[in-house]
Order: sequence, then C-alpha cells, then structure tokens
Amino acid sequence: MRRRQLILGLGGASGALAFTLGLGWWQSRGRAQPPAALLPLPIGEMGFALTNHRGEPVRPADWIGRPTMAFFGFTWCPDVCPTTLSDISGWLGELGPDADRLNTVFITVDPERDTQQVLADYLANFDPRITGLTGSLAEVERAVAGFRARFEKVPRDGDYTMDHTAGVFLFRADGRFASIIDYHEDRRFALPKIRRVLT
Amino acid sequence: MKSLILSALLTLSAAPVLACETVTLGDLNIEHAWSRATIGADRPGVFYVEITNNGSTDDALIGIATPAAGMPMLHETVVTDGVASMPHAMSIPVPAGESVELAPGGYHGMLMGLTATLAEGDSFPVTLSFQKSGEVVVNVEVLSLRAEGPDCDDAN
Ligand SMILES: [Cu+2]
Repeated sequence: MRRRQLILGLGGASGALAFTLGLGWWQSRGRAQPPAALLPLPIGEMGFALTNHRGEPVRPADWIGRPTMAFFGFTWCPDVCPTTLSDISGWLGELGPDADRLNTVFITVDPERDTQQVLADYLANFDPRITGLTGSLAEVERAVAGFRARFEKVPRDGDYTMDHTAGVFLFRADGRFASIIDYHEDRRFALPKIRRVLT
Repeated sequence: MKSLILSALLTLSAAPVLACETVTLGDLNIEHAWSRATIGADRPGVFYVEITNNGSTDDALIGIATPAAGMPMLHETVVTDGVASMPHAMSIPVPAGESVELAPGGYHGMLMGLTATLAEGDSFPVTLSFQKSGEVVVNVEVLSLRAEGPDCDDAN
C-alpha cells in the first residue's frame, strides 16, 4: 500500500501513541501498566443503548462472548470513513469465515444525519458483517466516553463536519480491551492484531 | 521491460481506464485522478490525484474548480492524538523533483455542494490551478465508494 507508506509521516506522532497504546500494552503486560484513564473501559463496564442499522437495540452486554472490532465515524465523511470501512472490509475478506465470529461495529458520531436508514444504505457498500450503530446524541456520547474516544462537531462553510477518533478498537471475547489499529498504521500490523483477539 | 509493459498496455487499451491517463502541464505530470461514488448529492464528494514535478522550480496546487460541485476546496486530513480532522489546505506544495499525492488519509479535494450524485463509472472535469504552471483540466473517474485508488498497470 504505497499510499499509506507515503502518508505515514503525517500520522507519525499519533501513530506512535496508538502504537504504544496497542502493541506496547501487550508487550508490557505483567510489568508496569499505562495509566488506566487512557485505555477504553472493558465492554462489560460500558453503558450505552444504541440501535443498529437493522433497527435492533444494542447494549454493550450483547457484545460479551465475541471479540469486538469497533470504530467511530460518520457517513457524510468523504475521506477517513470510507477508507477505514474499505480497509475493514478488506481485513474481514482476508480473514474469511474466521471473521464471522467477530462483532464488527461502526458507531456514528453524527446521529443527527446518520439515521438507521442512512446507515443501512451506506453500509450496503461494504462487508455485510459490519454493523452500524446510531441513537440519541446522549447515548452516542456515552459510548464514546466508554471507549475513551473523542468527537466534536465543527461548523464548516455553512455546514458542519465531525472530528473524531479514527483508530479501530479491538476487544477480546470477554470484553477486555486488546489494542488499537491506528488510522495511519501500516496495514501489515492490522491482521495480526485482529487474529490475536480471535484466538 | 518498459517496452514490454508498454505493449501490454497498448493491447489492453481497448477499455481505457480514465484514472490512468496522464496529463502534462509544463514540467508537471498529473495522473490517477479519481473520486468515490456518493450516496445522493447532499454528501460531499472527494477528489484524489497524483502530481509529479519534473522541473527544477517548486510549484504548488492552489485551487480546484469543477462543474460537479458548487464549493470545491482543498483539505488535509490530519490525525492528532488519534483524532482525525480536515483543515483547509491553502496550498499544497509540489516541490521540484518530487511527487505529491492527494490520497486517502492525506490531502484531498473536498467537493462540497455536489450538483449531482457521483455514480461509479461517471467522470467529471476538474481544473487544477498551480501557482507557477497555471491551469490544467483533468478528467476524474468515479470509482466505487469502497475504492482505495485506481488499478493502473503503471502503479507500483
Ligand atoms: Cu475534506
């Protein structure tokens, strides 16, 4: 992926941070742990009530028992979100049937525009194993807080855009946080990280 | 090897891929102009391209215009502490002897106010304005929403 290598420099600093959060944490298990405040909560300790793009209610407890791959975005986003969804579709494709056990969720940070139907239309373009989640702004905020992620509505040229955490979060089947795949991280690191939560 | 690839290209050129065309403007080579399909015309479209400066003078991309959008502009996706944002890019440097890519996750043309839905297989013109070299029109190929770039035989 020539494109990714070229832009590695751009995301260097944040890449290093996420890399530390992700891989570094695994390597240092049993030794010093990073400050807990930086890490997403275990899924079992999260609290939110959202609705998926098929109209079914979703609570964090529903995710326990399957490894989870989750990320934030919004469907009005032309660059980061289609790229991440395309990457994830590619990873799921490469993992094949193994990825059927994975709970893969796209949580919108723009519930104002991303209704259940909008998410359904959008996700039809990507791997069908990706589930879209939307809900009230308050519930989206609760989900984002549980992941220790961030988002912000930014007015722009008479419209608005959303700044948001771009990494892909991985959790083990028991709900423990495992690692983050950073947006600008070399694609080669992604599959091993996903396989680690699948075992 | 070059001629082999060239002849392969010529034989395959029955179905030309627009995004693989190269446009030349002075010392600048402009290629791989592509966009992603949109759902409706309310969402912004995106524009990606690769510019190579074969000259000895630095240049810069300072603006884009297209009949496909009322408000096209240059943006840069920046990830700071894991949070992605898209500030305006006033100009994108194209230094002498270097290539610059408008590509997923970095610089991109943001097509606000689309005049119509961008459907896969469509194409539309974009006028690129450079500080030194002036203006040139490229044809932009609309790929799928899932695309990460055109598949050109010359890409490496
Ligand atoms: Cu943009």
